[in-house]
Amino acid sequence: MTETSKNSTENKVSAHELPWFVRGLRDGIPICMGYFAVSFALGITARGVGMNALQAGLMSLGMVASAGEYAAIVLIGSSAGVFEMITTCIVVNLRYFLMSCSLSQKLSPDLPFYHRFLLPYCITDEIFGLSSAVQGWLDPRYSYGMTIISVAGWTTGTVLGVLLGNIMPAWAVNALSVSLYGMFLAIIIPPSRKDRFIAGLVVISMAASGLFSVLPLLREISGGFKVIILTLLIAGAAAFIHPIE
Amino acid sequence: MNPGIYPSLLIMCLTVYCIRMLPFLVFRKEITNRWLRSFLYYVPYVTLAVMTFPAIVTATDNIWSGIAALVVGLLAAWFNGDLFFVAVSCCATVFLTGLFL
Repeated sequence: MTETSKNSTENKVSAHELPWFVRGLRDGIPICMGYFAVSFALGITARGVGMNALQAGLMSLGMVASAGEYAAIVLIGSSAGVFEMITTCIVVNLRYFLMSCSLSQKLSPDLPFYHRFLLPYCITDEIFGLSSAVQGWLDPRYSYGMTIISVAGWTTGTVLGVLLGNIMPAWAVNALSVSLYGMFLAIIIPPSRKDRFIAGLVVISMAASGLFSVLPLLREISGGFKVIILTLLIAGAAAFIHPIE
Repeated sequence: MNPGIYPSLLIMCLTVYCIRMLPFLVFRKEITNRWLRSFLYYVPYVTLAVMTFPAIVTATDNIWSGIAALVVGLLAAWFNGDLFFVAVSCCATVFLTGLFL
């Protein structure tokens, strides 16, 4: 056993408690349901650019990222080049970098090294949130439990979105096509309510994005590079104007 | 230039994995550079805002139902904030406005 001292003490104190892996499976159920609905819409979007069920399923299994996969679909749809794909993926998924930085601080020094290769796969907004809320060192098996059940829902939803997207009536496809954006709003708006600077940042970002889609010349820039350019400019400037802490 | 769908997926999956994996290998200590920390902190808000607008408005086949979904989504996120609830509110808005438009 290579368990951390903190966790083994915890386990002795509450021996009746479920093992961390099972607790992960249990806490993963609501995440799984939410993921299913969102990834179904993602599947419809993927189908729209000509991806088949296998391709979309592999994408969801390999990437496990809502905004990241949406960007990936846009890139595939626009036949983007390798450089644009890699740079867009880096920029769109930068928040996972930050989350990994944060979660790396919750790993016991005694933890076997291979967990540093497995745990990265589990970093999503929700699993990161629950994993970092654990008291003391994180037992990675908790994250693995959540990941297995939520990725199952995420991948199944994507595949069904591709397969059933075409037999679904137009009104249903229309309705589901906005669910991803709703999820994005749920990530950026609540912090905007608490922090006026972030609210301003969101408004400026949306305005700039709107301008980029209507102004001549700027309109020609592809969706992926628009995200890169605006993120580097606006977040970079924000970090100068208003550094955190 | 474009390598095809499967190679594209492989490249992007590996890129996303590396982004998540590198901090676990490299940053065993906390990042101290203040600008970098601030930049990383602000990135998700800018990225998601840029990706949401104006795309949400043009996502459906009627621009007014898209605008309605944006307004309802903003209100739902402001007053509730639950991921699933906001997503469903936006979908329901498009469905309901679709009955009249």
